[in-house]
Amino acid sequence: MIPNKFAVRFALGSMALLTLGPTVVTAQATHVNSVNPNLGAPSVESEQSHIDGVTGHAYNGKKLYRRFCIGCHGPDGNGEGENAQWIDPKPRDFTEATFKCRSTPTGTLPTDEDLYNAITRGFVTTNMPQWRPLSPQQRADLVAFVKTWSPRWAKEKPGTPLTIPSETPITIDSILRGRAMFQKLECWKCHGPEGHGDGPSAATLTDDKSNPIRPYNFSTGTRFMCGETNQDLYRIFMTGLDGSPMPSFADVVKPDEAWDLVHFLRTLQPLKTQEASLWQSYVSAHGKDIKPIGPDSAAGAQ
Amino acid sequence: MSRGFGKGVNPMKWPQSKSLLACSFLVLAMLFCDVHAAGALPNSKVMAIPAFARKYGLPCSACHTAWPELNNFGQVFRDNGYQLMNDRDSPIWQNPSYFPITFRITPNWHRESTDHQQVQTQNVSGTFTGTVTQAGFDLSGMDLWSGGTLYKNISFILLPSSDATATWHFESAFVRFDNLKGSPWFNVKFGKFELDNLISEKRFLFLSANGGLYQIYHFTPPGVAATGAGDLNDFGIGDNQIGIELMGHSKNSYTRYSIAVVSSNEGGVNLTNSSTVGGTPSNRTYDVNLAFSQAFNAKGFSAGGLGLQRVGAFAYVGQRPTYFQTDTSGNPLVGLGNKSFYRVGVAGDFSIGSLELLPLFMHGHDNAYLGSGLASNSGPLPSTTRAPSFNGGFIEAHYYFNPQNVALFRFEKINMGQQADTTNPGDFGNVTAYSFGYRWYPIMLSRAGLAIDAEYSRTKSIGIVPESGDGTGNPPLFPTDGVWSSSIFLGFDFDF
Repeated sequence: MIPNKFAVRFALGSMALLTLGPTVVTAQATHVNSVNPNLGAPSVESEQSHIDGVTGHAYNGKKLYRRFCIGCHGPDGNGEGENAQWIDPKPRDFTEATFKCRSTPTGTLPTDEDLYNAITRGFVTTNMPQWRPLSPQQRADLVAFVKTWSPRWAKEKPGTPLTIPSETPITIDSILRGRAMFQKLECWKCHGPEGHGDGPSAATLTDDKSNPIRPYNFSTGTRFMCGETNQDLYRIFMTGLDGSPMPSFADVVKPDEAWDLVHFLRTLQPLKTQEASLWQSYVSAHGKDIKPIGPDSAAGAQ
Repeated sequence: MSRGFGKGVNPMKWPQSKSLLACSFLVLAMLFCDVHAAGALPNSKVMAIPAFARKYGLPCSACHTAWPELNNFGQVFRDNGYQLMNDRDSPIWQNPSYFPITFRITPNWHRESTDHQQVQTQNVSGTFTGTVTQAGFDLSGMDLWSGGTLYKNISFILLPSSDATATWHFESAFVRFDNLKGSPWFNVKFGKFELDNLISEKRFLFLSANGGLYQIYHFTPPGVAATGAGDLNDFGIGDNQIGIELMGHSKNSYTRYSIAVVSSNEGGVNLTNSSTVGGTPSNRTYDVNLAFSQAFNAKGFSAGGLGLQRVGAFAYVGQRPTYFQTDTSGNPLVGLGNKSFYRVGVAGDFSIGSLELLPLFMHGHDNAYLGSGLASNSGPLPSTTRAPSFNGGFIEAHYYFNPQNVALFRFEKINMGQQADTTNPGDFGNVTAYSFGYRWYPIMLSRAGLAIDAEYSRTKSIGIVPESGDGTGNPPLFPTDGVWSSSIFLGFDFDF
């Protein structure tokens, strides 16, 4: 058996371990929280989020942010985490409260649900993964904490979410009208005539931090930055992607025209969709009559 | 106004003063212990791969509750074939200078003590029952990890692992085809891999000789006390096996299943039962492992805590030879006379705030020939021989003060249900074990990790030497004697 002398020594060592350990831990916890003493009162409304009956608390979100997010978004929430220098595109700067994926008008704050969906969905072709493995409560807590990085959240309300009307029928006429919109709105200047993200302006684009940014390449067939459904695509160009060169077209495009554009954009993706099927049939029959999209084209007349 | 961690302060790094304070108490704890002589440690078994953190720019804590233990996000990442599924997983997206290599080793000081040992002393006549105690500075084994994707949805792991003397073997080596037919429910792995244990021994937080293994994951019935014949079964559910695995999971890995068919040779190579030279030939049969688990959100439990609750069940059915076909010199060529065994159990992973509880219960059963060490062609079984069975399990608790500090505890108990021989004492082979530990991760960045690990573990086994891997080990004089083996461990566990 272990000698008594040793047992006493070990007991003393263990006591030192058990008493000093938590002391050190408490010291660290105090350090982290002293910067924001109010963050710790879960009942403060401005430090909560509300998503589908789940109430998130910034105090809990702070622990999760430290565990999951700090490496990229940084200890100050400004997108300057230790890994930011290696990441392209750069992590979001939460202190600006500017978010690409919203259901609200350009320039306004997103809803809690918008942030929740962004965390859940992640951002394709970026370093932001899907955080679906976290529980809904954890994601709601993170939303509440993300909102504490900017004073805008205390002063402003989120914008009114966009109402998306029922989708119009998918027809070849709708696709052709959408193609004309693609030409008229000069989408091709960034996204390219074939939607490959290689338009004449593509190489010059920068985000609001002056970092180079690439327009979406429809030919990759990947998910969109802010979703994957037709409704998501509709929302993207009606709200714009704040902080990026992608503007909102809500003031210049009517809902029916927006659906036409959605239907056309789907034909640019290598996916088996109804739009693609209709378009391929049309091209087979009228290919030689289709005028290319570009600077001198009148695509509206086919 | 700053709303978070303080301008210019990285909360992933402790201030120097607090680091010194923490180091001081660890050194203090070391000074209170006796130092005698060095012993041996088991190979480093656990997995933590900062090569992945480097690839994706995420901190260790994103995938690990405390590395190397996985959280659910890490589980999903693993289940997806080490992919985040953001269309940046394929090697084509990596900087050409990136190479997915990680090493891990743990310099340490440890003390091992085992009582009720039959010992002799040079120049002193006679055999005594005594306590063998060793202590000193030491090294663990070393893991040299490589893992990642060969292409989108084709992933791999290669893990050469050495013991402390740099004797190498392949701990893991497999290729995995992920998301077959575009579905996360179909993934196929081929090679040497860990069985899909809900509570992984490869990713747990204990390192000491007594605490650094789950006793139940390696337990086999003790055999026949009167003759000293041991169980012929060498199976441990914690050991990596060679074979093929079909595995599936829901998108968030809340639901998981796996079916593995593996060779009946305990992960050995060259068709033997050993990963290194010198194993005995295996037989020509296959074992099957089934595992299923389901996670769920328990409202009120996940708030501010680690997240999900998970429960699961597993079953392993296998065979082992009881004698060999030999050459004319008596050297074994291939195992024959296969007899069966099985292990079944349930396990869970529960979090209550910052407390994580990991319970496991297992029932094991070996054929009577295996249990009594008899060849199945040696005639009828003696009337006292029975098929041995056992029941056991453990409960392990982790308390996470924060991602960088975790306190550990485990209690483990194995009781023989039925002895292999009626003349055995009823408690022959029973095991009781417990461990305390504390891990502090002063470095938990996306490029490297350092943990300071302090542990105390004790194991008691009746009539047999504990499965402690501490280098000592003779059965006691009497099968009713309890052998206590203890470990104290202080180490610097680092990987890069």
